[in-house]
Amino acid sequence: MRAGRALLTLFVLLGFAFFTLAASGDPAVILLGPETNTAALEAFRQKWGLGLPLWRQFAVYVDGLVHLNFGLSYRTSGPALDLVLSRVPASLCLVVPTIFFSIAVGVPVGFYAAIHNGRMTDRITTMLAVIGLAVPPFLLGILLIYIFSIWLGWLPPSGYVDWRSYIMPVGSMSAVAAAIYARFTRSAVVEVMANPMIETAKASGLTRELIHRAHALPNALLPLITITALEFGGVLTFAAVTENVFGWHGVGSLLIESVAARDYAVVETILLCAGTTMILANFLADLSYGFVDPRIRDSRRSRLSTVTRLYAEKSPV
Amino acid sequence: MISLRRVPTLVTLCTVIVLLVLLIAVFAGPLSPRDVAEVNLEARFRPPVFWGGSWDYPLGTDGLGHDMVSLILRGIQVSVTVAAIGTFGGAVLGTTLGLLSAWTEGFLDSVIGVLVDFQATIPTLILILAFIVILPSSDFVTFTGIMILAGWERYARLARAIGLSARSQPYVHAQLVIGASAFRILTRSVLPNSMAVLLVNMSIHFPQTILLETTLSFLGLGVQPPDTSLGVLIGSGRDQLYNAPWVILTPTFIILLMTISISILGDWARDFVESD
Repeated sequence: MRAGRALLTLFVLLGFAFFTLAASGDPAVILLGPETNTAALEAFRQKWGLGLPLWRQFAVYVDGLVHLNFGLSYRTSGPALDLVLSRVPASLCLVVPTIFFSIAVGVPVGFYAAIHNGRMTDRITTMLAVIGLAVPPFLLGILLIYIFSIWLGWLPPSGYVDWRSYIMPVGSMSAVAAAIYARFTRSAVVEVMANPMIETAKASGLTRELIHRAHALPNALLPLITITALEFGGVLTFAAVTENVFGWHGVGSLLIESVAARDYAVVETILLCAGTTMILANFLADLSYGFVDPRIRDSRRSRLSTVTRLYAEKSPV
Repeated sequence: MISLRRVPTLVTLCTVIVLLVLLIAVFAGPLSPRDVAEVNLEARFRPPVFWGGSWDYPLGTDGLGHDMVSLILRGIQVSVTVAAIGTFGGAVLGTTLGLLSAWTEGFLDSVIGVLVDFQATIPTLILILAFIVILPSSDFVTFTGIMILAGWERYARLARAIGLSARSQPYVHAQLVIGASAFRILTRSVLPNSMAVLLVNMSIHFPQTILLETTLSFLGLGVQPPDTSLGVLIGSGRDQLYNAPWVILTPTFIILLMTISISILGDWARDFVESD
């Protein structure tokens, strides 16, 4: 059932990519580059059957993708896939520490806010989380560059110079991601603390600490898994805007450059790779959810949908 | 009815800010002290008043001697307009598809369901960039149209749930029996009943659309110069962060104020509706 949904979404993704390719112009020109001579273009059209009915063309297209033929980037004339893959490590260097730091900050803060539900500390953290979700990453980046590079002169403003180059991009992304973790951890824990079983536990004389550790904490695990899975799912483009602001040569900044230069093949490749990892991550989050919490495996209505829906409420950039 | 005493001060403050922004968006033209396009090369990079400048240009000027006050007013107008059309268009599109999905069931329902899944799974920024790259022109209308395609799926989900629950309600049955058309029932009864939920969703969606627009314009992929928006202003001031930081800092401050106010308002509205 869930695998079926994932496959269906993947199919729509392929259809969308095929459609964008078709809409962007003559595939022969796009795949071979604009400087190819007419005879080669004609031969290409013959070879790939561009006169065939649309569904046959689609089949040929998917067959090409399976054989890792993602077309050529017209800016570098090399395979688009190689270009994208060469940028992956730089993106990972930003995203992995970001996920680490945002969990380390966001989860304890959300947990602390939840067990002090309604008090001043809770209100302040909730407000900070709302603000964190409302601040666009590019503004945060620019403010940081202004303060730390121009005003104080402590950190290099862009590109990779030394380890200090990581501080601002990772810091700004972590701040936003930590707000997301804090918010969902809080709502998960508040929900379980309102459960009558907590009253029972209190009545039977369990210590506050034990209740928090044995009942509240495991429930905070659920949003943690989902958000982390979705964040890893979006790993390729998670940092797109931040990479652009800080002049970082990752997949995200490649995507933005390629859109500006209308380098269709590269945009396509990133769309397909990022889309596929996201679908996969969603699917795995779905599975692990049922694994961690057997109630979800048994019940027909998955609680994942709630978290995914809430997660989708975060800022789109 | 909302009793005014129950509204927190912060929320009141945010409401005032949002109303002010909306007023500016409507009256930006008459409010501008100078023509937005007026170039004054003798007054390039004049600092704002609080930076040691003069009252001739209260918020300073940019690299071509444009008056920052006029630019920012116009920027607010464009950003709010694009975001409003994007949000409203997305709400209409999503709600229509959602109600259609709930009412027809069967094949159409499945198709819409798959599209909703797709839209919810693929990161919005990538989808929007894919649309931008295939559309040949990058004019204002095209860009605004693309903004409609970000975030419609949440309305579709909400509207589908609303439509499904409405179908089992006695008042809908009664209307069907007296021969009212589905369109009439949906638009006259079901939709007004579910307005609160949809409006709350719009209040969450609206600041996100502003963020998306400003981000894309900042990257040079959204609103195109010579027209301006808050994002365009920040993008164009990027290289002048050293010698003329006010070109970036004032619009930055305004975007933060706007999106944070609307988000706090939306968050409060959601808690309010859900507690009912």
